[in-house]
Amino acid sequence: MKYIDEYRKKDLILSISEKLKSVSTKEIVLMEVCGGHTMAIHRFGLPSLLPATIRLISGPGCPVCVSPQYFIDKALAFSRIPNVIVTTYGDLIRVPGSTTSLEKERANRSDIRIIYSVLEALTIAKNNPGKSIVFLGIGFETTAPLTAAAILEARKENITNFFVYSAHKIMPPVMKALVEEGVKIDGFIAPGHVSAITGTAIYDNLASECGLGVVVSGFEPVDMMQSILMLTSQIEAGTPKVEVQYQRVVKTNGNKTAQHLLAEVFETRDDSWRGLGVIKESGLKIRKHLSTFDAEQHFEVRVPESFEPKGCICGLILRGLKTPVDCSLFGKKCTPADPVGACMVSGEGTCATYYKYRS
Amino acid sequence: MCLAIPAKVISVNGETALVSIEDVEYTASLLLLDDVNPGDFIMLHAGFAIQKVDADEAAETLQLLQEEVKNRPGETAL
Repeated sequence: MKYIDEYRKKDLILSISEKLKSVSTKEIVLMEVCGGHTMAIHRFGLPSLLPATIRLISGPGCPVCVSPQYFIDKALAFSRIPNVIVTTYGDLIRVPGSTTSLEKERANRSDIRIIYSVLEALTIAKNNPGKSIVFLGIGFETTAPLTAAAILEARKENITNFFVYSAHKIMPPVMKALVEEGVKIDGFIAPGHVSAITGTAIYDNLASECGLGVVVSGFEPVDMMQSILMLTSQIEAGTPKVEVQYQRVVKTNGNKTAQHLLAEVFETRDDSWRGLGVIKESGLKIRKHLSTFDAEQHFEVRVPESFEPKGCICGLILRGLKTPVDCSLFGKKCTPADPVGACMVSGEGTCATYYKYRS
Repeated sequence: MCLAIPAKVISVNGETALVSIEDVEYTASLLLLDDVNPGDFIMLHAGFAIQKVDADEAAETLQLLQEEVKNRPGETAL
């Protein structure tokens, strides 16, 4: 498959591994902040190809995992309103809320539908004029422009029964928050598809102010190994900077059309992240002039107090302070078939990834 | 969640394109990407084309990498 097979060549991966072993002298910690990277690292067994000096940790890169309990509980409340159809990307449906999940609620009587693209939610709205369609908007800068495009399409086509409950978030504030909190990180493997939208300027102050290396990476094993080599070389030379390994997709200025749509539809707000609490200006709220599409403005729901599952250390894992094997529930009470915490639900959650690929 | 897959553009029809991944065809919205032509590769994310794949950059990155790892250890930094 073009643009995939050539980045899975074993001899090239092993050559990079050898090169890394020869250049790495300092003990360093590199964090990836994209669930796709977490999956690739474990799927291809990359930690076993690294020298003992390089440690990889996973950060808050899985949108399903970082959406707080309150978001799930409020989505559940929307699903109980008569004549409401809730539409969602697949993973979210299994995340346990404080008392139930969307999946269980669907088995009761709520109309909750899994969709692949937000445009399907628009089609459902057109086909069901007597119902209200609530789309659960999760995801980072890669996914939020799609929601923005759908809202503007709804306005253009005068679709008045389509609403978005936005939990969209942006990456730079959480990356900075982790550094400020004192999590030991020497460099970031930065998210490739977020950067395809945003461009690379969003990382500049991590390098210039925090002295961290940042390499925007692709998702195949050659991409990831090359990114780790670039970061290691930067850190060894004492010259942290922002570089792009994923040059075939990421342009310095990103995707301007998508950036304009984001700016037209959303503004930032303080937002809550599972395990990390409220981070300033880290969430995306629908702007006032489009509030007729904002589910939070249109529906009034009462949400009981939310609480995190007992014994779950998802929050510490999302901050890179613990790994799944440090959790007493991991693989016992908490499995992909019967998850306790969000990080075990999504296929790209750190716990689900560890569970699937652990040796 | 931020998964995107390279797909080859077969035809363009207004705001959508017919694309192919391993001979399976999909429709990609072009609301986020301009100037898409048949033969291009685009990254497909949840039904939308979010960026083009740059063939020249892809070839150059791989070539530079291959040269880099062929060098003796420590000879050249990336």
